[in-house]
Amino acid sequence: MRQLKPLARRLLASPYIVWAVLFVLAPMVFVVYYSFTDRSGAWTLENILGLGSYAQLFGRSIWYSIVATLLCFLLAYPLALALCKMKVKTQRILVMLVMLPMWMSFLIRTYAWLVLLQDEGIVNHWLDALSLPRFHMINTPGAVILGMVYNYLPFMILPIYTTLSKLDGSLHEAAHDLGANAAQTLWRVTLPLSLPGIASGITMVLVPSISTFYISQKMSTGNIFMIGDMIEQKFVMDYDLNMGAALSLALMVMVIVSMMVMRRFTDNEGEVIP
Amino acid sequence: MTKPQGAEHRLARTQRGKGAWVSAMYALIIFLFLYAPMVVMVVISFNGKNSIVEMDGFSFRWYKEFAENRALMTGLRNTLILALCASGAATLIGTAAAIALDAWKKSLTRSALMVVTDIPMMAPDIVTGISMMLMFVLFGTIVGNGGSLGFGTLLIAHITFCVPYVILSVLPRLRQMDPHLAEAAMDLGCTPFAAFRRVVLPNITSSIVTGALMAFTLSLDDFVISHFTTSGSFNTLPLEIYSITRKPVRPSIFALSTLIFVGIFLLLLLINFAQSRAERKTIR
Repeated sequence: MRQLKPLARRLLASPYIVWAVLFVLAPMVFVVYYSFTDRSGAWTLENILGLGSYAQLFGRSIWYSIVATLLCFLLAYPLALALCKMKVKTQRILVMLVMLPMWMSFLIRTYAWLVLLQDEGIVNHWLDALSLPRFHMINTPGAVILGMVYNYLPFMILPIYTTLSKLDGSLHEAAHDLGANAAQTLWRVTLPLSLPGIASGITMVLVPSISTFYISQKMSTGNIFMIGDMIEQKFVMDYDLNMGAALSLALMVMVIVSMMVMRRFTDNEGEVIP
Repeated sequence: MTKPQGAEHRLARTQRGKGAWVSAMYALIIFLFLYAPMVVMVVISFNGKNSIVEMDGFSFRWYKEFAENRALMTGLRNTLILALCASGAATLIGTAAAIALDAWKKSLTRSALMVVTDIPMMAPDIVTGISMMLMFVLFGTIVGNGGSLGFGTLLIAHITFCVPYVILSVLPRLRQMDPHLAEAAMDLGCTPFAAFRRVVLPNITSSIVTGALMAFTLSLDDFVISHFTTSGSFNTLPLEIYSITRKPVRPSIFALSTLIFVGIFLLLLLINFAQSRAERKTIR
């Protein structure tokens, strides 16, 4: 319907435009408004200046989420490569199996890791039965990062797989014919061509990792605080909406900056759905 | 591809065979990692004993306990109602918007709209959630009901984060369509509406269904945004699960998640089926 009349077009688009202005844009304005006001509604810079005292929290969130993203990439890329080499029917089934956990309550799945790994958990139970030494995992940064990698790995696998599966196979043959070995082909042909998929994978893992609160809460039994935990606490426990808004604003700015960096590698408009 | 010959051919094949074996092993390890928690919860849901660590015997008692749990059942009902309403509304708004966006020439408004569509998808859930909460609370204070959060605010929030997925599912399909088809229908005497109903709509139905299912599952599973946009008056299942996992849990929660697992599995099969049928259609 490319030849839709302007009136019809406007009529069709208007519900969405109204909706987006009211419930996407306006709320963002409110975040900014609350960040720059105090409890009584007077303008202040106190919240923004106060962000400095949360520097350690921000640092920890950034660090953990970068490590988690890197691990996701290292695990996902070989898998995506392996998937592409399989039969088309197998590929389809396995991709569905990658997506399946994404649609299960991440609360329960994360909790299941706690059940597995806690000091009195299933794994330690088995180690006891085999009279092997126990291991301590929950409450360490490693546990939080494991939670992130586990939850967001599919977000890395799917976009990389999508770009890899669209690559023209004759490029590999050409590289091979021109004398490149498997490693050289991977490094100089496949990897550069799959950059758009890698970039969207990185954003899709980094954004939820940096802002998580449930994963850190569970995997550290509330002892390792991340920026998401602090925002949640400000809103739900302390009811300090202004400081909470300022923290969210800072988080949003960080996310936008990292997305702008990543956008440089993807040219299409928002192709997130595989 | 030309056929390699003799020894070279055999070498290539054994190398590929070995490669395939390594890839299969690697895939297996990753899938074990992805499914370890699922296995835990399925096994424990049949535990005969009240423990989430030690297995002892087999029983359905946790399924019974879950079915008798008032809060969880209400949560489940609320979640389904909310997901149906939200995905229905999101599908209508999103499909209309996609059709309009497809007809739009490149312009500032169109690009602005595409950017706005990206916001709920790319913003961290926690920011989307609190931004809406702030607005609802302030609006509530102005109206004078003390910023009451409940079904209404949840529905608004869910529709908001679902619409972009519908748009980004339907829009590419419209783009792939031959624009001359609708023109031809109109040349042959169809009114624009009839041309839409009889030519365009059948072509995009599968993408609308995919978008609607995606919206439905997203709404079903959302915790973070719901966490901030409701108060105790209307709790969905993920919110109930959240409050349950704050305390030591009983195996009944795993019975519930096993059931969800099966449900989602069936839904995914349906999506897969719809997709492969759509593909067969395009080939034909």
